[in-house]
Amino acid sequence: MTTVETAPPRPAAGPLPKGRQKTGRYFAYGFLILSIVPIVVGYAWLVIATVSTRTRGLLPINAEGGIGGLTLSNWDFVFDGAIWSAMLNSLLIAVAMVIGVGIASTSGGYALSRMKFPGRRGFLTMTLVLHAFKAEMLLIAIFFVLRFLGDIPIIGGFIGFNSVGGVALVMVALELPLGIWLMKGFFDNLSWDMERAALIDGASRFRVWWQIMLPQVRPGIAALSLFTFIVGWNAYLVPFTFTIGTKVANMPVFLNQLISDTAPVNWNLVAAVGLFQMIPLIIFFIFTQELLLNIYAGGTKGT
Amino acid sequence: MRVELDNLSKSWDDVIGADRITLDITDGELVAFLGPSGCGKTTTLLMVAGIYKPTGGTISFDGHVVNEVAPKDRGIGMVFQSYALYPHMSVFGNISYPLRLQKLGKGEIKERVQAVADMMGIGDLLDRKIAQLSGGQQQRVALGRALVKQPDLLLFDEPLSNLDARLRLTMRGEIKRLQEDLGITSIYVTHDQVEAMTMADRIAVMSKGVLQAYDVPEALYDRPKTLFVAAFVGNPPMNFFDVDIVRDNGDFRAKSEAIDLVLPQDRGEKAAAADGKVIMGVRPEDINVVGDATPPAEGLTLNGEAVVVEPLGREDLVGISINGVDMRVLVDKTKEVAVGDTISLVFNTSRAQFFDPETELSLLWA
Ligand SMILES: Nc1ncnc2c1ncn2[C@@H]1O[C@H](COP(=O)(O)OP(=O)(O)OP(=O)(O)O)[C@@H](O)[C@H]1O
Ligand SMILES: [Mg+2]
Repeated sequence: MTTVETAPPRPAAGPLPKGRQKTGRYFAYGFLILSIVPIVVGYAWLVIATVSTRTRGLLPINAEGGIGGLTLSNWDFVFDGAIWSAMLNSLLIAVAMVIGVGIASTSGGYALSRMKFPGRRGFLTMTLVLHAFKAEMLLIAIFFVLRFLGDIPIIGGFIGFNSVGGVALVMVALELPLGIWLMKGFFDNLSWDMERAALIDGASRFRVWWQIMLPQVRPGIAALSLFTFIVGWNAYLVPFTFTIGTKVANMPVFLNQLISDTAPVNWNLVAAVGLFQMIPLIIFFIFTQELLLNIYAGGTKGT
Repeated sequence: MRVELDNLSKSWDDVIGADRITLDITDGELVAFLGPSGCGKTTTLLMVAGIYKPTGGTISFDGHVVNEVAPKDRGIGMVFQSYALYPHMSVFGNISYPLRLQKLGKGEIKERVQAVADMMGIGDLLDRKIAQLSGGQQQRVALGRALVKQPDLLLFDEPLSNLDARLRLTMRGEIKRLQEDLGITSIYVTHDQVEAMTMADRIAVMSKGVLQAYDVPEALYDRPKTLFVAAFVGNPPMNFFDVDIVRDNGDFRAKSEAIDLVLPQDRGEKAAAADGKVIMGVRPEDINVVGDATPPAEGLTLNGEAVVVEPLGREDLVGISINGVDMRVLVDKTKEVAVGDTISLVFNTSRAQFFDPETELSLLWA
C-alpha cells in the first residue's frame, strides 16, 4: 500500500563542515524571513488600522498629525444587528457547504474510486470539464434554476432565489467537482486488501466505507472541510448575485456594502470588519490543523 | 471443510487471471498455490474468498456451490501479504472486529480475543496501536483476526513475504503447527517453493493462469509431469540439456555435441519413444564431483571447467561449462573448487528427467 507511509528517509548526504552548515542555515532563514516581511507588514497594518482613526505607514495618527489617536470606535459595528445577521448567514453558507460537499465528495469519491459502473469514466472527465466553467458564465442559468426551485411548495422558500439555502445549494454544486476528485484521489491510495479483509470479517459495503475507509481519509476530509469552509465564508459573487437586501447578505456582501455606501470610505472601519471576518476562519483552522498535519502519521506496513 | 474448484475461471476483458482451475482439497488439508508472479494465485484465492466473481466454473464447500454466497457467509478467515490491519483501531479492535460484527456479547468477545491473542503470543499487546507494532507482531495480529472467527477455511496470500528470513522460518513452523492443531482446511499462496514444500500437504503449481500440476511435494520434485514444474520446483533449479536419445549396443545414450551419457534401461526406453530430440533435466545434486565417495563411472563421467563459484555456506554452487554447455552443480566446500579448475563430474542419470521439446510434457510421467 502506498497511502500513508512515513516520510521517505532523507538521502544520506555527507556531513558538511560545521561552519558552512551554520552559514547555510542563516542564509536560508534570512531569505525566508525577508520574503514574508511584506505579508507580515500587511497584517500588522490591518490590526493597527482597526484601532486607529488614521494611519501613516504602520503608525497611528491623531487629528493633529502626531502619533496617537487610538480608538475603539471602528469596532462599534459589533453592536449593530446587521453584522451579526451577515455573520450568521456566512456561517450558514459555510457550514452547509462543509456538510454538503463533505457528504457528496466522500461517498461519490469512494464510488468513483472503488466501484465499477457504466459511465464512470465519462462522469469523471465530465466533472473536470464542467469545473472549467467559471461561476460567472453560469449565473443566468443558475438564476433560472433558483427561480424554478423557489416555486416548489413548502421547501421553495428555503432553497430558491434570494435565500441563504439557495446560495448554499449553488455554492455546494460549484465546489463538488473539486471535492469529489480530491476524495477520489485519497481513496485511490488506500489498499484494497483492507477493504477485502473487512468484507471477509463480515462488514457490508456501506459499513466498510463508514467504519474502515473513512477513518483512513480523515486528513483528506479535514483538508476538504477547511477549503470548503473558506470558500463558503468568503463567498461573494454568488451571494451578491442571488440575494437582495441586507437580510440575506453574508459577510463579504456586507463588507462591500460598507465600501460602496459610505462616502468617503472609512478604511479603518473596513479593516476592522475584515479582521472580524477572519476570526471564525482562524478558529476553524485551529480545529482542523491537527488532522491536516497528521497526513504522514501511522499506516500499514508492506505493500 | 472440503473444497472443490471445478473449471474455475476469471478474466477481465482480455486479461486472463485464472483459466479453468480444477482441484479438490480434503478436510484439514493445507494446500499451497505455487507459481511465479502474475500466474493467478491471488485471483484464484480471492474467488474462493468471494471477493472476485468467477467468470466461469464453480466453487463448492462441502458439496454446496458457493459462487453466489457473500464473503462474510463463507466461514473463511484470510491473511494478506500487506496484513491489511485497520490502522485506526487497536490490536484488540482489530482482532475483535469480526466478532463485533457478529454482535456477540462483550464478555464473550473479550474472552475469545484474549484466547486467540495468547495463542499468538500477543496477549500483552492488545491495547497497542497497529503502528506501534513490528512487522512480525502485525503478522500475528492478522493471523489472530483470521482465527478468532473459528473459520472452516483459512486463506493465506503470501503472508510471510514481508518478514525477514529468520522470522519467516519461525512463522512458517508456527503457522503449520497451528493449522495442524486446529485442523482447519487451508489454502496457502506463495511464490517461495521452500515454503510450499515444507508446509503443504499438496501443492498446486500454476503458470499463466493454468494449473500445471497438483500433487504431494515429493511427487512434484521426483516425478514432474511438465517442463515448467521441473524447472520451477527445486532450488537451485534443474539443469536442462538438449540431447538426442540414441541406441548403441542395446544401451540408451543421451548425446549431443557436448554430452554423451549412458541412461538406465527404463528411463532410456521411455525417452527414446519420442524418437529424436528431447530435453534432459538433471538436478544439481544429481551431478557429483569425482572423489572418494563418487568414483568415476564408465559412460557417466564428463569433464568440465568451473566458470562461477557461489559460496552458499555449507556448499558451493558451481557453474560448470562442458564444451560450452552450462550447468549448475552443488559441490562440497572441502573440494575447494576455484574458477578455471577442470572438474570430473559423475551424472546420476537414474534420476534424470526427459521432456518432449514440443509439448513440454514429461516422457516419463505424463
Ligand atoms: N483486478 C484486476 N483487473 C485486471 N487484471 C487483473 C486484476 N487482478 C489481477 N489481474 C491480472 O491477472 C493476472 C493474475 O494476477 P494475480 O494477482 O492473481 O497474480 P499472482 O499469482 O497473485 O501474482 P503475485 O505473486 O505477483 O501476487 C495478472 O496478469 C494480473 O495482471
Ligand atoms: Mg498475489
